[in-house]
Amino acid sequence: MTIEKSAVAGTLESSDAMVTVEPSKNGIELELSSSVMNQYGRQIKAVVLETLDRLEVKNCKVTVVDKGALDCTIKARVECAVFRSCDKADKNIPWGGAVR
Amino acid sequence: MIPRPRPQRFRLRRTMMFMNAQKPGLIKDAYIYGCDSIMLDLEDAVAENQKDSARFSLYHALKTIDYGDTEVIVRINGLDTPHWQEDIRVCVAGGADGIRIAKCESAQDVKTVEAAVLEAEKEFGVEIGRTLLMAALESPKGILNAYEICSASDRMFGVAISGGDFRRCMQTKFQPDGVDMLAARGHMLVAARAAGIQCFDTVFTDLDNDEGFMAELMQNKAMGFDGKSLINPKQIRPVHELFAPTEKEVIWAKKVVAAYREQSAAGVGVFTVDGKMIDIAFIPGAERTLKLAKACGMDDGGLV
Repeated sequence: MTIEKSAVAGTLESSDAMVTVEPSKNGIELELSSSVMNQYGRQIKAVVLETLDRLEVKNCKVTVVDKGALDCTIKARVECAVFRSCDKADKNIPWGGAVR
Repeated sequence: MIPRPRPQRFRLRRTMMFMNAQKPGLIKDAYIYGCDSIMLDLEDAVAENQKDSARFSLYHALKTIDYGDTEVIVRINGLDTPHWQEDIRVCVAGGADGIRIAKCESAQDVKTVEAAVLEAEKEFGVEIGRTLLMAALESPKGILNAYEICSASDRMFGVAISGGDFRRCMQTKFQPDGVDMLAARGHMLVAARAAGIQCFDTVFTDLDNDEGFMAELMQNKAMGFDGKSLINPKQIRPVHELFAPTEKEVIWAKKVVAAYREQSAAGVGVFTVDGKMIDIAFIPGAERTLKLAKACGMDDGGLV
């Protein structure tokens, strides 16, 4: 998928993460801040990159503000932000396909 | 990926707790509260501009979190919204046990949802017929059509009244003695029993009014409800305690079931237990008591 415009998903509540995606031409640029950076920073980063890879996003500036979200929540927020950036978040989501 | 066991159409459902599917902090450990079912909400709890996000959150929760024996139902958006079809796709793809149809008013509403569920089961390779349905009756028309709704599909396991919308339609508000919804509750119960499905009462929203909550629960139990919708974990325990059978009822039910098995094996249809006449009509009630007793930890469940 191609990031066509900036989009945000998630909140700053505990156990959640706020993910912003923006168009870019320089591959994947990830900016991460987390309340559990020392313990889980690497894991969160891996989940974000894997999710973008599965969605075939090649170029994207992604900003993640994590408040202790589980992997499943990080995935959900990244996916939602990407689909929103393409105006495709409302229907015909490939559940079990690229979203899994 | 957590493979959920095939949902049971009829199981114990004393407590059904609502949770906003959009809030990870709520849904990640909802099974610890010990309610019989959780109701992940895509409808009123989720703001209009977060419906998409709630579905992603729901999908991964369903696929990742092990809810164990807790049943997982999803409340989808009404059929008059642009959201319900995608809601159904995500529920089926994620493997939810059942779907709650909001604002249900006719058998046709159930059939419309059923058709979309079937289509989604085919699309996602889910066992046909796995996904159960229940309906929420929220309007006078829904209540009047309760029987056709209850009997509209083999997937239907229950029906629930939704107090907020119903009271508004009826130009009334909450009354401590329940007179505001007495006729509607009664009518819905009769319809559900006639169709052979379960029946659930509405939420009690005043969390500080313990006395009022207990009074409503006692009325629910006396009227014959199977369970109640809840909005807070603190409401679970009182329901389980009140809906538990008494020691005396359990002993009686055990005697009846044991005697029935013995007598029917010997070819006897009607007999007495402690001087009271018993025949096959008493057995389902006694078995239900024993199932409740087992769920409440009062009995080993050897007979059910």
